[in-house]
Amino acid sequence: MITLTHYLLVSAGLFSIGIYIVLSKQNAIQVLIGVEMMLNAAILNLVAFGKFDKINNAGQTFALFAIVLAAASTAVALAIVLNVYRRHQTIDPGKINQLKD
Amino acid sequence: MVTVMFYLMAGIALGSALYVAGSTNLVRSVFMFFITLFALAGLYVLSLADFVAVTQVVVYVGGILVLILFAFMLSGRENLEAFKQQKNRLLSVSKLPAVVLAVAFFAVLANIFLKARTSDVAWIRQSIAEQNVMTPQNISINNLGVNLMTNYLLPFEAISILLMMALIGAAHLSRKEERA
Repeated sequence: MITLTHYLLVSAGLFSIGIYIVLSKQNAIQVLIGVEMMLNAAILNLVAFGKFDKINNAGQTFALFAIVLAAASTAVALAIVLNVYRRHQTIDPGKINQLKD
Repeated sequence: MVTVMFYLMAGIALGSALYVAGSTNLVRSVFMFFITLFALAGLYVLSLADFVAVTQVVVYVGGILVLILFAFMLSGRENLEAFKQQKNRLLSVSKLPAVVLAVAFFAVLANIFLKARTSDVAWIRQSIAEQNVMTPQNISINNLGVNLMTNYLLPFEAISILLMMALIGAAHLSRKEERA
């Protein structure tokens, strides 16, 4: 029997892997993949809880909204990554440090 | 059957996510991320959210990953060479803070989820008592569409405005400039 806790544990695992990717990778595109993975973990939680709301469908509706938000933010983030690459010839987030003191 | 499918999908999702975290090859990790997203769509189906699963495949796999691949191809190959040179073990000294933080975060989350006893939460018990739980027999797409256009019309419109803003912003950011 698969309970809610199973889904929550899977999403906790995905979220932790996403955190690891965001913190350890030296490439802006991979950092973006890590962020997407964390968003997916959140969407999995929404969907798993949405099973208990047949009438209002709140979980699934907001899962759809979260997917759309992720798509929009990815488009803007990739445009920024391409601009940064055009100016600095690198997309290592550790080397883009012109705003640092 | 459902149990076997759940463990299969969860194993594929977590395994391919770990491969993304550990691989040295950027292209390979992007394609493994494809597999993570497909396995997550399978998990959504098992959680009786078929429309969300279809949207996941269409938007994520069809849209976002193609975008990521394009950005990756447009940002040059010396980038890729530099990426290959770095030694990228999962457990090296420079990665230690990230590993520690991720493991600690997972410990906290898992601890909370195991102690929360989600089947005892008041609103979930109430929804089970009122038979408000989805069953594999009922078709949820009708209800989802009606709700999207009635109860959730305001967030729906807000998100459409945000999508348009993101569209204009991305087009503005990525247009060609005369001066560097």
